[in-house]
Amino acid sequence: MSNELLNEVTFFVLSIFVGIEVISKVPTILHTPLMSGTNAIHGIILVGAIVIAAGASSPVTIILGLVAVTLATTNVVGGFVVTDRMLEMFKGRAGRAQGAQQNQSPKPAAPVTPTK
Amino acid sequence: MNTVIAIAYLVAAVCFILGLKQLSSPKGARNGNFIAAVGMVIALVATLPLLHFTRAGLIIIAIGIVIGGAVGAVGARMVKMTAIPQMVALFNGVGGGAAALVAVAELLRFGQHPAFAEAFPSVFSIVIGSVSFAGSMVAFAKLQELMTGTPITYPGQQIVNGILAAAILGFVIAVLAVASIPFSFLSLMVLALVLGVAFVLPIGGADMPVVISLLNAFTGLAVAASGFTLNNFALIVAGTLVGASGSLLTKLMSDAMGRSLANVLFGAFGQTHAGAAAAAGKEGRSVRSASAEDIGTLLAYSQRVIIVPGYGLAVAQAQHAARELAELLEKRGVEVTYAIHPVAGRMPGHMNVLLAEANVPYEQLKEMDEINDEFKNADVALIVGANDVVNPSARNAPGSPIYGMPILNADQAKNIVFMKRSMRPGFAGIDNDLMYDAKTVMFFGDAKDSLTKLVSAVKAA
Repeated sequence: MSNELLNEVTFFVLSIFVGIEVISKVPTILHTPLMSGTNAIHGIILVGAIVIAAGASSPVTIILGLVAVTLATTNVVGGFVVTDRMLEMFKGRAGRAQGAQQNQSPKPAAPVTPTK
Repeated sequence: MNTVIAIAYLVAAVCFILGLKQLSSPKGARNGNFIAAVGMVIALVATLPLLHFTRAGLIIIAIGIVIGGAVGAVGARMVKMTAIPQMVALFNGVGGGAAALVAVAELLRFGQHPAFAEAFPSVFSIVIGSVSFAGSMVAFAKLQELMTGTPITYPGQQIVNGILAAAILGFVIAVLAVASIPFSFLSLMVLALVLGVAFVLPIGGADMPVVISLLNAFTGLAVAASGFTLNNFALIVAGTLVGASGSLLTKLMSDAMGRSLANVLFGAFGQTHAGAAAAAGKEGRSVRSASAEDIGTLLAYSQRVIIVPGYGLAVAQAQHAARELAELLEKRGVEVTYAIHPVAGRMPGHMNVLLAEANVPYEQLKEMDEINDEFKNADVALIVGANDVVNPSARNAPGSPIYGMPILNADQAKNIVFMKRSMRPGFAGIDNDLMYDAKTVMFFGDAKDSLTKLVSAVKAA
């Protein structure tokens, strides 16, 4: 196993644990936005799509690159925007509930008790 | 990989982790999404200087970003809140497709005999990415009602899917060992696409969000695999984060429905059991229905009213009418709360999003565990477009497909007002005994019209 591959495997394994740990206490109310947010993050494949598209020269690679970049960009942009739209509603309401002093005071306590 | 890029990728990875962390707490969720987006931009910008662009490469990247950006932004902006689930499915599917194509391009570049360490992740990414793409498109079609939303089953379905999976495995081995690349990986892709469709077909109704979440995790893994192919750390870390957190989220979602993931995926929800449940349902039972005036009076002179919103409310865009009714009742001194089932709407948390949109105060939204003991003190349980989440067969009919799912104790309220378009069964396709309960009155009609009628009736009362 080459050094680079070994490093990659290390990152892979550690990321599994971080991924599980970091969302372990998500309340039900946020399941949909969280799914949508993680959906946007795997749009990182756009980096890969750009890498393969950059060197495209033959018709096959040009088509592959074009389609991959288009799909990946849709994933990134759509994913983040739709997540933001969902969360905007929570925030908008919290702001109004706070009335005039919304800027100084902290947001209201968690709207729901987290499950578990 | 030079140092600047390595550090940029590290910063991006930290952004993703912090973003996920904040996304899972109500306070910082929106901020978290923003941080993750910043991480994405950092990773993208850092990648560019490393590349040698051909003229064609530059052009296709520009075209792809413009088209994809426009489709993504417009699609996400225009979509109605009720259609969010299928939108997430769509965005997930295109990500899976992109991951598969990236792997294909890399395999082509490796030539005839790629090293195992390069061929294996590519093939993995092609298979998982294609399954995710095809499965997500079917999920989209089902939720968008381009095809029937109920499970599609046929005899021997599991066997056919098993054979498909085995064929894919065979091809994977062929590609890795024999490596006559062009044809074997094309066949592999086609098989994986077919498997993706076949895998989602038997799933329907309330289970779709769980499947979308699972496919989301799949795409994450495909992206991570493409990262191994390209030796790109950003892809490996971000993809794996999504794969891991997405898998956990999938489990949390099926837990919220009181079912195991295996049961969701292979149980053919609402189809195999529906026959039994329908047969058991006593036909010809009568239901009581009431006029808006009767119900208006009942509500106006109650002390405690619990509103149970469901997907019907979302479809009719009745969340504003519901809030209006609630405010009117509160002015008369009636205590109003909303009972939110974890899977109300079409996705967990969906109902909270919709009610938040209508400016319903947070304090009135109660989760199931919090409110279930309150129903017995409630004068009226007002069920608006919900069905399966209050169906007592989840408690007492072991043969029912939703048996074991925790439900709201709406049946314990002193009066039950069941607002529904028709007697049609709910998402799970099963009859609801609560509609025949002696304490229940039905109020038929579109949720929004009905609520508006109730508002005027309460005003008059």
